[in-house]
This record gives sequence, structure tokens and C-alpha cells, in this order.
Amino acid sequence: MDLSPIWLTLKLAGITTALLIVIGVPFAWWLSRGKSFFKIIIEAIITMPLVLPPSVLGFYLLLAFSPQHGIGKWLRDSFDVQFVFSFQGLVLASVIYSMPFMVGPVKSALQQLPASLAEASYTLGKSQWQTFKSVLLPNIKPSLLTAIVLSFAHTLGEFGVVLMIGGNIPGVTRVASIAVYDSVEKMDYASANNYSLILFSITFVLVIAVFVFNKYQAKSHLG
Amino acid sequence: MINVTIEKKLKGYHGQQVIKVDHQFTAGSVTKIYGPSGSGKTTFLKVIASLTKPEKGRIVVGGITWFDAEQKIDVPTQKRNVGFVFQQYALFPNMTVRQHLEYATTDELWIKRLLLLGKLDTLQTHKPEYLSGGQQQRLAILRALATRPKLLLMDEPFSAIDPKMKAELMAELSVLLKEMEITTIIVSHNPQELDGWATDELVFE
Repeated sequence: MDLSPIWLTLKLAGITTALLIVIGVPFAWWLSRGKSFFKIIIEAIITMPLVLPPSVLGFYLLLAFSPQHGIGKWLRDSFDVQFVFSFQGLVLASVIYSMPFMVGPVKSALQQLPASLAEASYTLGKSQWQTFKSVLLPNIKPSLLTAIVLSFAHTLGEFGVVLMIGGNIPGVTRVASIAVYDSVEKMDYASANNYSLILFSITFVLVIAVFVFNKYQAKSHLG
Repeated sequence: MINVTIEKKLKGYHGQQVIKVDHQFTAGSVTKIYGPSGSGKTTFLKVIASLTKPEKGRIVVGGITWFDAEQKIDVPTQKRNVGFVFQQYALFPNMTVRQHLEYATTDELWIKRLLLLGKLDTLQTHKPEYLSGGQQQRLAILRALATRPKLLLMDEPFSAIDPKMKAELMAELSVLLKEMEITTIIVSHNPQELDGWATDELVFE
């Protein structure tokens, strides 16, 4: 059995989740503070992948990053970077596709913290960043962990977006979900089952781990 | 000397109202503020700390303008160095008693003195959820003092502390505030508890 689609999937999910922590968490913090029409529009755009068919998102990304014209051509000519049918393209699409799974829970958790926590920190002379790092973030740990695991698990299960922008190139863009589809097309049900079982097991263990962690957290709060 | 002349709109139970305050607080004085619920006492403290903005007015502290609506001057909370004791304490659930003070100051001797003052020296490793209401309130007071503020704003600071502990704490606080020449403004639903300590008062209608 060729395990490269599994390793590629784990690599993609790992990189995507790391990028989402760096980009999505501060973004959720920005969205959680104050209300403006501009923020509502931005939040709606970020949430779109939740409701859009993945193939639609993949189609527009394919058009946007096509090396024949527009941004895609400029990126290829200026930086020799190609997002279509490449691993970096999968990473970009995954970050966009899984963004609501990171931003949504983190933003809600931050909004549920009493405003006086940040205010108390400001009166101690702490900047907004210090307050975020030392007071706000540590107090949303369960939600943060849930968001990280959901983003990772969601990336593991991507299919439509990945197929549209990445295609099915072995070792480059053929992730596990594509390998399942490809195996079924070739009537190789044994391989399809192996890939499916591995994906199922990984995601099941991840979800169980989140539930156990959250239950442990709730118990420790009750003393 | 602290000169405060402000107007702040407030949405209350009975529609919109306007808080108008024109008061001078003498340096080192202890002022009690009282009045009915919803009259804007907490909002007034937050205005002084720049946690909310008034529509009109000026706040001048020791000759330095903290806020001036016309000149668009607004010194941020972080630069005002005010100690603030929140009504609901606003303790950090992720930090122990000691970590609360270490977050505010690196002065180890000062931390030790504060812990003794609040009688929390034996509970240094406890997080707020394992403290009683009175202990939490004392920690909130210690944290507000940790940055050695020149102005201390306290919103119902003794409501959860038992009478014996309250009398001891107030006596020791009184000495400390005098020693550090801290100007103190206290909001209280029970202004009598501050008789003999407060040197000035401000009534909200």
C-alpha cells in the first residue's frame, strides 16, 4: 500500500493548522473587539466556505491562480510561484477553506470573556498584545484547542477544493481523500478501505481527545 | 489635585440620562461616592481610568491633562497609572494569587508586603476559583495597589469581606494609602462603612 497520500495529508493538515494559528487567532481577536459594518462583511467572507460547495471555492481559486492570467500569471512571472496543481496551492486553499473552523470558536470564546478582564490588565499598564497573550488567550484554552483540532481534522477531510486546485498528482497533490476516490474509480476497494480506515481512525482519536480534554478542564474547574 | 469636569451620556433603566460631575479631589484624600443604582457611579470611575470616554469635559491630574474633549487629548489607561478594584473583581482565572501580583510588578519585597497586608501569604499558589469571595476581593485590592498607583479607584471594594477582616484591612490600607500619598475614590452602597476614613464625599442623584 502506498502511504504517501497519508503522509501528504498529515503534512498539509499540520502546515495549514500552524498557519491558521498564526493568522486566524489574531484575526478572531480583531473580529471579537467592537462592531462595525466592515467587520461584519469580513466575517461573512471568512464564513462563506462553511456554506459554499467546496467545488465552487476550488473553481474560483483555480481561476484566480491560473498561471495564464491575472494574479496567477503575476505570481509566476514575478516570484516563480505557482498555486495551481502544486502543494503550496493546496495549503492556500486549505487555509481559506478551514479558516471559519479556527476563527469562529476563538472569536466566540473571546467575546464571552468579561470585558473587565482586559480592562483590569490595561490598568496594570499592559498593552493590548500583552493582555491578549497573558490574560485572554490562556483563559480560552479549551476553545482554542477545539478550534485547532477541528481545523486539523477538517483539513484531513478536504476533497472538493483539493481536487479542483490540486488535481491528483502522486506525491504532490494526491492527499488521502483523493486516493480513496481514485482507488474506487479503479475498482481497488481494498486500497480505498485502507485509506478510509486510517483517515477514520485519526479523526476519531482527535475528536475523542478533545472531548476528554474538555471534560478534564470542566472537572478541574469544579474542583 | 485632581480636577474633573465631565459630561457622559448613560443608557439606563429609564432611558438616556447624562452624568454631570464637577469636582476637585485633593491629593491624598479619600472620597466616597454614593447614590442610587444606575446613577453612573461605576461609569464615573471608568471615565477617570479611560475605560470609557465622556462626551464633554476635562480631567486634569496634578497639572497634567488626562482628558480634554475639545483639544482631543485622551491619555490611554496604560499611561494613567490608576489602581482599579472592579466590582466583580475581574481576577484572571489562569493566574495564581502570586502571579496576579507578579503580572503587575517585579518588586519582590512589595509583593511580600502586599500579600501580608491582604493576609493571602498562605494562599500564594491558589487560583481565584479556589478562593472565597472575601479572599478574591482582597486579591483584587492588592493587585490594584501592585503598580504603586497615585490614584486608586475602588468599586464596592469591601462588599464580600466579613466585618472583622474589613476593619483590619481598612485600618492597614489607611496607613498604606497615607504613606504612599495615594488619592482614593471609593464607590459604596453602604457609605457609613467609610465613616471616619473618607475625608470627602460625592453624591450621585
